[in-house]
Amino acid sequence: MSVARFWRKIPQRYNLIGTVCKTCGRHFFPPRSFCPDCRRSGEIVEYKFKGTGTVVTHTIIRSASDQFEDLTPYALAIVQLDEGPRITAQIVCTPGDVKIGMRVKGTFRRIAADGASGVIYYGTKYVPDE
Amino acid sequence: MRDVAVIGIGCTRFGEKWGCSFRDLFVEAGALALDDAGLSGEDIDAMYVGNMSAGRFIEQEHIGALIADYSGLSTRHIPSTRVEAACASGGLSFRQAVIAVASGMEDIVVAAGVEKMTDVGTGASVDALAGAADREWEGFVGATFPGLYAMIATDYMSRYPLTREQLAQVAVKNHYNGARNPIAQFQQEITVDTVLRSSLVADPLRLFDCSPITDGAAAVIVAPLDRAREFTDTPVRVLASEQASDTITLHDRRDISTLDATVAAGRRAFKTAGITPKEIDLVEVHDCFTIAEICAIEDLGFCKKGEAGRLTGEGVTALNGDLPVNTSGGLKACGHPVGATGIKQVYEIVTQLRGEAKGRQIDGAKIGMTHNVGGTGATVAVHIFGV
Amino acid sequence: MVGIITYGVYIPRYRIKVEEIAKVWGANASDITGGLGVFEKSVPDLDEDTATIAVEAARNALLRRAIDPEKIGAVYVGSESHPYAVKPTACTVGEAIGATPRMMAADYEFACKAGTAGIQTCMGLVKSDMIEYGFAIGSDVAQGAPSDALEYTAAAGGAAFLIGRQDPIARIHHTCSFTTDTPDFWRREGQDYPRHGGRFTGDPGYFKHVEGASRLMLEELGKSAKDYDYAVFHQPNAKFPQKVAKTLGFSQDQIKPGLVVPRLGNTYSGSSMIGLAATLDIAKAGDRIFVCSFGSGAGSDAFDISVTDQIESEDFNRGAAPSVEHLLKNPIYVQYAQYAKHKGKIVMQE
Repeated sequence: MSVARFWRKIPQRYNLIGTVCKTCGRHFFPPRSFCPDCRRSGEIVEYKFKGTGTVVTHTIIRSASDQFEDLTPYALAIVQLDEGPRITAQIVCTPGDVKIGMRVKGTFRRIAADGASGVIYYGTKYVPDE
Repeated sequence: MRDVAVIGIGCTRFGEKWGCSFRDLFVEAGALALDDAGLSGEDIDAMYVGNMSAGRFIEQEHIGALIADYSGLSTRHIPSTRVEAACASGGLSFRQAVIAVASGMEDIVVAAGVEKMTDVGTGASVDALAGAADREWEGFVGATFPGLYAMIATDYMSRYPLTREQLAQVAVKNHYNGARNPIAQFQQEITVDTVLRSSLVADPLRLFDCSPITDGAAAVIVAPLDRAREFTDTPVRVLASEQASDTITLHDRRDISTLDATVAAGRRAFKTAGITPKEIDLVEVHDCFTIAEICAIEDLGFCKKGEAGRLTGEGVTALNGDLPVNTSGGLKACGHPVGATGIKQVYEIVTQLRGEAKGRQIDGAKIGMTHNVGGTGATVAVHIFGV
Repeated sequence: MVGIITYGVYIPRYRIKVEEIAKVWGANASDITGGLGVFEKSVPDLDEDTATIAVEAARNALLRRAIDPEKIGAVYVGSESHPYAVKPTACTVGEAIGATPRMMAADYEFACKAGTAGIQTCMGLVKSDMIEYGFAIGSDVAQGAPSDALEYTAAAGGAAFLIGRQDPIARIHHTCSFTTDTPDFWRREGQDYPRHGGRFTGDPGYFKHVEGASRLMLEELGKSAKDYDYAVFHQPNAKFPQKVAKTLGFSQDQIKPGLVVPRLGNTYSGSSMIGLAATLDIAKAGDRIFVCSFGSGAGSDAFDISVTDQIESEDFNRGAAPSVEHLLKNPIYVQYAQYAKHKGKIVMQE
């Protein structure tokens, strides 16, 4: 991933900045500038997600691409954020402990790096929310 | 709109073909198809080729032109177009060819699919395939393609009665069929135990739940139905050609275990063909992973959600069952050269409807269906064929 | 009056015991635990580094008190394991807490006292009305060379202190530093591991500077050890702070709440700052705290701190973020092989 492409999404990756349609209350992550329901009558503003949510489904990745190979086995899940949108994310815990319905919250971690001399990509993973 | 028929088919052996280049594969499949139709290159009016990722696998773009050139057609200056929709590239390539003929724009059109995956290492291949999903919000955070389908499996198995053994049976059945298909990558039969003892790739999916990395090419030729008998005694009519799209990410889907694009394309196809699932004699579905076949059978309307596991376990989808699924061996046993799979599916159905599928023939097969999926369900192409 | 507005700590969950490391090198574990007073140390996860620890510590600080991040005018991160040699950790932290773009920032290095140097800088910026709030963070994923004495104690962790004027939970009345050019412990650019002068790190290093800064401050204030309820010293092991406390007249009870090294190890830039945080975790209004850090190279920063009643007010919710005790609980123990993998000590193929 090029530096520009990563940098462009830092507000989303670090701080879960999305949008909300004030007209109908629907939240969007990643941000949308146009509400598919309200269309032109939707008033869209920036919204910072709390980072809390529930696991919808999950797996344990045991064979990954080169970038993530040293992290295996790791838990991957689809999390439904409390405000509504769903995201795909790594869950930091013993992989076998992830369960459908588990509550999780965001944590700041290294997602990947462009080798030993390239840029480090930081972002949000999720931990169990006791 | 004219009716369209398939008048010629060709397919290379699928597998790890170290001695074959991307160009070799295409030329071989194309030559077989032309031969089958009794045509020569000069008869071709247009070409469509499905290919997912030549750019990542062999650092080559501009595939449409390359294919026409290496088919010896550069001086004919015919339109040649590459079509891409990840693993549904082949299915879409076929649909484009059908549209070209049905609309009257072209008469004799080649629909091909080709993928050369082994010129890069496995890691690079896996990374290229991840482009079928959402790089930004799935791949970048550590999702792999098997991982996404594994999450479908986890969701499915938490809601519907599918046992691990029934899921494994999908692979067992497809290997049984593949062993009777001369072009299949894997020619050996396996057991449920083989599947359950293979290493985990992304829980609960194991190595034998996953389709392999494969080189291969397939080509079919379509023509207006009312000219088909000029070329073949066994024309196969295209009764429906439908395509649907859905969200690119799995997490944005309405229902993780239902591919709404399959449902949409399937319904439209049955409506266009004027038939119901009961009239289908055999179907090639997109089993990139065993769970994908389970969902496909249900989402196409062959049974209710949650029942495909039982049907598989009871042998209903086996070669000698009431609804044979993936007589070719599917993606699992036949192999999955990504862009070629959709065309290979057409090749199999046409072979069966012609009565030429030695060793795996479905007796009296009159109506067949193909189902080709891109990514985790963001693109689906469904076709129905009849004789 | 300038002081601490809020604070936060982050300690990774993994630990390795001294005897696990000793086993690998054929050393005698009880000699080491006996000699250093350290029993286990924290180990970062594979996807943690100085930046992620600094962000979590700063975010934890902001959980305890409602602060508009746009009013944070400066971020300084002190570490000897910044992820980049060039590209400040402070920028990543600033972005992750919403303080950008109107903020000053820089990364500091001064061995184990880079974080407290950041506190002094923030004090100056706040006192001179140049900023409203400033974050001083000490964070490290410290490295010790395999089989070296430092490998038993080099740990991972960080603490973040928000400095400001408005209703601090603890006032910083005074600070002073004692700095000389002393090569007791160092790491050359490009080298993986630090080196040190062995026993030379004691008297000419740690003790000279801690005593130097401490005595300097006590003189300037006209105070002595008994004027304080608690004292926190830099803790490369348990023995050094225990000894210097005694020398300066502090009791073992005074240093007890802030002495976290036996179960945590030496978090380098985080060391005295986590010790201070652990003390604030249990402090009451009116408590007086003496702090003296030490960084090799060498120097010490001393602070005279008094806890205000804000620490018990509604504006400050100490329980909203994990205490040091909480972060030390329920660790996940690893063996040497996994520890080496986490610390990047295994040479991988590029």
